[in-house]
Amino acid sequence: MNILVCVSRVPDTAAKIKVAGDNKSVETAGVKFILNPYDEYALEEAIQLQESKGGELTVLTVAGDEATDVLRTALAMGADKAIHVKANQLEKDSFYVANNIANVAKELNPDIIFLGKQSIDFDSFQISSLLGGLLDLPSVDVVSSINYADGSITGEKDIEGGKESFETSLPAIISVQKGIKEPRYPKLPQIMKAKQKPIEVKEAIETPLRTEILEMTLPEKARAGKILTGSDADIDELVRLLHEDAKVI
Amino acid sequence: MPLNRNLTDDQILIRDTIRSFAELNIRKQSKILDEKEEFSYDITSQMSKLGLLGAFLPSEYGGAELDYVSYIIAVEELARVDSSQAATIAAHNSLGTGPIYYFGNDEQKQKYLPQLSGGKLWGFGLTEPEAGSDAGNTQTTAVQDGDYWIINGSKIFITNSATDITIGSTILAVTGERPGGKKELSCFLVENDTEGFSQLVMKDKMMWRGSNTGELVLENVRVHKSAMLGKQGEGFKQMLSTLDRGRLSIAAMGLGLAQGAYELALKYSKERITFGKPISRYQANAFKLADLEMGLEMSRNYLYDVCRMQNEGLNITKEGAIAKLYCSELAHTSANHCVQIHGGYGLMKEYDAEKYYRDQKLLEIGEGTSEIQRLVIARSIGCFD
Repeated sequence: MNILVCVSRVPDTAAKIKVAGDNKSVETAGVKFILNPYDEYALEEAIQLQESKGGELTVLTVAGDEATDVLRTALAMGADKAIHVKANQLEKDSFYVANNIANVAKELNPDIIFLGKQSIDFDSFQISSLLGGLLDLPSVDVVSSINYADGSITGEKDIEGGKESFETSLPAIISVQKGIKEPRYPKLPQIMKAKQKPIEVKEAIETPLRTEILEMTLPEKARAGKILTGSDADIDELVRLLHEDAKVI
Repeated sequence: MPLNRNLTDDQILIRDTIRSFAELNIRKQSKILDEKEEFSYDITSQMSKLGLLGAFLPSEYGGAELDYVSYIIAVEELARVDSSQAATIAAHNSLGTGPIYYFGNDEQKQKYLPQLSGGKLWGFGLTEPEAGSDAGNTQTTAVQDGDYWIINGSKIFITNSATDITIGSTILAVTGERPGGKKELSCFLVENDTEGFSQLVMKDKMMWRGSNTGELVLENVRVHKSAMLGKQGEGFKQMLSTLDRGRLSIAAMGLGLAQGAYELALKYSKERITFGKPISRYQANAFKLADLEMGLEMSRNYLYDVCRMQNEGLNITKEGAIAKLYCSELAHTSANHCVQIHGGYGLMKEYDAEKYYRDQKLLEIGEGTSEIQRLVIARSIGCFD
């Protein structure tokens, strides 16, 4: 089975995000970047699939020069090789990324393409669906478990308030939900050996942007909530709070 | 976030991996282990699976082939969270596998190193009740009897030497007399199940309570001459060279502990309000924290640089002593400030400050006291010529 996993490099979940001076982008100076957590789950699913079925596991990113570090992380976790599609322009939208992934996927002909359900930087949630369209392949989102058969897979995906079972032929595009498989720590010997694994660099195909960021602002600080225990006295307190504090009744 | 300059991608990945592992798999458990004074086979096994037991050994022995900077970063990150687990790894690599790898013959390496990178532990028996830094006063003796040596004596404070997964220890013993009357010392690889060799767990420690410390007793222990490490009479040299490298691990433990205590103090100082504002805004505390940040940046860069010298095979006798001395004193200062900033809470077991305060103290004593480090440095700059 040939497996392709698409990953992105995102600010650390603990990083303090500031909007850059142009009001359209994120200030990257001093920010630590990591492999997108949802992509880690995708990678773990892919590694375990490869461990049981064999084949080659390729990891791919569409990003600037700096993204070598997340590819090395993926190689240390267990990917066989990496493809770095060098995006030379700073601004890229989901279509730009998906178009570049599709371009590589057409050459590789993978049996299955994994990716995280979203990247935690821009949360566009679009890549897997766009890939489905561009490659004319089935695409299943937010998948939480998979069973593999010959030429097809079955599994479950999360939907609002429940689960949905699915079955699809392969090749297919699967975006995974948190927790599908617990990502492993890269082992120290594998980290050292990953240095010898190949990273193939490809130039990005230029793709006109279809969306434009007009302005970026930080969300307003959430107000601290109040928790009432549910006793009879609390009901009066709740009414009072809704009336006097929240002013909604 | 410390400076990343001059670190390679893989060194950064090792740092992030061990930090995340220590936070998730060690931090909570370490308090319980400290309370119970218990060595954790589970955590040791997890650390082994990560490749920490054969950190710098070649892959032919099951090692991870880390360079010295990466190894030191791993120890530092463990010590940032828990000195006990860092001690298990530091002692095993620097003192356990180190002497076998550097001085052992092919047969000895093939026999022991794959096991030692695969989950088994090995001790380094140097210290005795009457001989620590004064190794020339070693009382343990080995007397030749045909193809065998018969060893008698005892060793104390030997890290990792008395667990269920320890397979043996390197034992320093007197094997004769040098011309001039000084003792001739040699090292032997003695397996734990050898008749007459017993290992007792030393209890009631103030610090590193989750690590294993053993007392070794050797009563007419017969080992074949093939168990000698290197050549007869090389024991003293082997020991000094092992301690040079061992000092880097202790330095890393000091740096890591200093970092952990500093982060805890900084966090607490921003949360704790007195007289209407966070205590970090009072210069008395802010300057303590600023001094610690300065010490951490300086000592980290110095230690990594000494590790690069070690990678190049340069002599690091003086530099290792400086790094060990400076980082262990920084750990002392950091833990002390951490408790002080916590005030009364800093004295309570419920808070982590007091564990850092207890754990740091060994660093100024083990693998050569601070006084011995000053002697080493003074000697190297010619004070005693």
